[in-house]
Amino acid sequence: MNMMNTTRRALLQGGSLTLAFALTPPALAQKAAKQEGAALPGDLKLHPKISSWLRIEEGGKVRLLFGKVEIGQGILTAAAQLAADELDIDIQRLVIVSGDTRVVPDEGVTAGSQSVQYGGIAVQIAAAELRAYLIARAAEKLGLEAAKLKVVDGTISGGGKSVSYWDLVAGQKIDIEATGTVPVKAVKDRRYIGKKVGRLDIPAKATGALIFIQDLRPDGMLHGRVLRPPTYGAKLVSMDRDVAAMPGVRRVVRDGSFVGVIAEREEQAIAAIDALRRTTTWDMPKDVPTSETIYDWLKAQPAKLITIKDVANPAPDKAKKVVEAEYRRPYHMHATIGPSTAIATFSGDGSVLIQTHTQSPFETAAAIAQMLNLPKEKVQCEHWQGAGCYGHNAMDDAAADAALLARYVTGRPVRLQWSRNDEHKWEPYGSAMVVRMKAAVDEKGDILDWDHTIWSTSHGTRPGGKAGNLLPAQSLEKAHPLPTPVNGGAPNYAADRNGIPAYEFAGTHVRTHFVEKLAARASSTRGLGAYGNVFAIESFIDDLARAAKADPVEYRLRYLKDPRAREVLQKTAEMFGWAKWKPAPGKGRGIAYARYKNLATYTAIAMEVEVEKSSGVIRVKRVCSANDSGEIVSHDGVANQIEGGIIQSLSWTLKEGVRFDEKGVRSEDWTSYPILTFSEVPPIDIKLIDRPGMPFLGAGEASQGPTGAALANAVMDATGVRFRDVPFLPSRIKAGFTA
Amino acid sequence: MPKLKVNGRNHDVAVPDDTPLLYVLRNDLKLNGPKFGCGLSQCGSCTVIVDGQAVRSCVTPVGSVSGQEITTLEGLGTLDKPSKLQQAFIDEQAAQCGYCMNGMIMSAQALLNKSPKPTEAQVRSALDGNLCRCGVHNRVVRAVLRASREA
Repeated sequence: MNMMNTTRRALLQGGSLTLAFALTPPALAQKAAKQEGAALPGDLKLHPKISSWLRIEEGGKVRLLFGKVEIGQGILTAAAQLAADELDIDIQRLVIVSGDTRVVPDEGVTAGSQSVQYGGIAVQIAAAELRAYLIARAAEKLGLEAAKLKVVDGTISGGGKSVSYWDLVAGQKIDIEATGTVPVKAVKDRRYIGKKVGRLDIPAKATGALIFIQDLRPDGMLHGRVLRPPTYGAKLVSMDRDVAAMPGVRRVVRDGSFVGVIAEREEQAIAAIDALRRTTTWDMPKDVPTSETIYDWLKAQPAKLITIKDVANPAPDKAKKVVEAEYRRPYHMHATIGPSTAIATFSGDGSVLIQTHTQSPFETAAAIAQMLNLPKEKVQCEHWQGAGCYGHNAMDDAAADAALLARYVTGRPVRLQWSRNDEHKWEPYGSAMVVRMKAAVDEKGDILDWDHTIWSTSHGTRPGGKAGNLLPAQSLEKAHPLPTPVNGGAPNYAADRNGIPAYEFAGTHVRTHFVEKLAARASSTRGLGAYGNVFAIESFIDDLARAAKADPVEYRLRYLKDPRAREVLQKTAEMFGWAKWKPAPGKGRGIAYARYKNLATYTAIAMEVEVEKSSGVIRVKRVCSANDSGEIVSHDGVANQIEGGIIQSLSWTLKEGVRFDEKGVRSEDWTSYPILTFSEVPPIDIKLIDRPGMPFLGAGEASQGPTGAALANAVMDATGVRFRDVPFLPSRIKAGFTA
Repeated sequence: MPKLKVNGRNHDVAVPDDTPLLYVLRNDLKLNGPKFGCGLSQCGSCTVIVDGQAVRSCVTPVGSVSGQEITTLEGLGTLDKPSKLQQAFIDEQAAQCGYCMNGMIMSAQALLNKSPKPTEAQVRSALDGNLCRCGVHNRVVRAVLRASREA
């Protein structure tokens, strides 16, 4: 099969692909089996019609319609495994369509490690119910009892007679709704769920087959490019349109401060924008916060005070000492390797199709419709895979850019890929945060009262159907202003995610000063507030342990009651060789723990570092991590997420912080915003504690928080100096010694 | 007009000599392997092999490689018949999003062509200019060493 000429829809039709690994929690399936009556699980509640999810099609195929999208996490493979197992068909019979607003059920945003819990379970139950319905139809046709029929790869047989799904209903619309009463397959009968197989998309990606949006080349495609302002809120005063005469330039577009070019070739569009940029003058905003002043700015802003825990210490008299410290994290980039891309095509009837790697095809389509002043149904999104996003990056803005340009060339697809500079400077970052920790301790150094105060801007400005969340919409002549951001509440939380400590103290207080204004553009970035909060909690408790002259593992265990939490912490210490570790000059060890969102994966991290005093350079020598994500379905998939998170968090903590000033963002490429490289990545040992029969727990963001804190604690151990400001640049470490 | 020899086939392309090779490979020859990542020779996503050397095609003027042997990811193997190195990446599941994989494989292939039995340190050093944001570095190193072992 020639992959070059096929779409990803055909990917599962090919006979040459071997199927991969699942992220499917059997525990959920068991839970679902217990459902009674109309209590439908996950997104099946929203879309109870079986035909919303599955269609028996001519040619021995089954179409799977899925509202969640692939972002490199393996969700399509998982969905295919669920559907094939429950329908009793060979997985190669599936044709998967995902994230296409014209045909799939609306399942909102693909985020928060929840795709299997909501989308996967819906597919699984829908498939089980469809199978039961088809067996009942076969029983009628064959004149046999349903209970006596068997299904093998879609063929139902019994009593020497047989009929296939396709003989029964191919091409017919099956108008039934899920009942919530059909049991799913027993674990022992499964062929795909939980089996070790390679991920579906990797062979295509390793060989250059068509699978990424960046590689789509529809006939008649033109190339678009947008001129971003020099900084946030800058207004275009003047520009010279002479570039319209440059080679290949088809159109120069200006709408308020939004400026774009459409050209025949990609490099022509780039050259035209570069030339255009030199002719522009801008009205720049004044008195803006900078990356140097951001922490003072955060604390000075009017803010909403949000208290999520407030339990008074019943015996305040026992407190002998109050300890206080403040921790800071800067803005961090998602920093995708492949800049955001979209292709938009307007039809003669005024409708537009946008091919996009958005995580929220329906909500992005709605936001773009509002921006273009079109009825909702005139804007449709079709999801294609992009590079890793790690949260809300510029994906939706690129889709909006493409739509704004394509409307000038009806009938011609306009492809638009952001430049590296634009991606670095204009994506919405993970918000800077200040966290002030305070504890009252008794004479032995034991914690009696714990106080955690956060200052942060928003961690969520996804499109949500509102034009103002799309970057280009804010620049149009008829501008759509950014809607006032809100902080997400329980149980996931946002700025205050993981703000509530895992430890049990007599008194606990957790509050957030939620700043509604933005300094730099900000939105959901892997882990949201969990990274900053766990960094602060786990650094602080380490210092309290030190002050109490206690071992950091033993001290944590005094307050950590959940046996699963205790086990990952102890297991990590054991993997590291904590008890027999010998100190040496310049060497240090650190440990940290968190349960992501206080409801997902339990993770502990231990690491060893070497700190070179003369240069301030930190070398991470090795990392160990034990994790408990409930029942393990794909060992390799979870281990990959945990290890990837450790490396990304080491990069954030060692190297990263977005720099910006009144002239704009200064972190504009990989030189001015470097990330961890091969020679800096340490050996990483991951252990997963299996919990058969327990619910699956999201793992994709679990290691970000504890990694940063374990590093800080190891550096403290090596140097005797507590560093509370991320990133740990050599200059900062060196200065810390001499301070 | 630059004459290109890509994956063993000759092409005449009607573009100015200073056009970046990457855009010619992607848009004129419709090859998916080399990816746009930065356009600045900083990330390695666009890597191709030119006369045995790993080269960043995003900053290579097409005129400068006229007549030279250019190999892209597609020139190593196909979906149906992946090369040893591509198969090693599949076997090690050395990806999350997979966008950087082209650069990883092409840089590693250039290394293996010169040093069929590299040490782990040599692999890390050869790949140090290739950025990965998902954090699959250690898997990539294992994949390259596996390919070297199985060659």
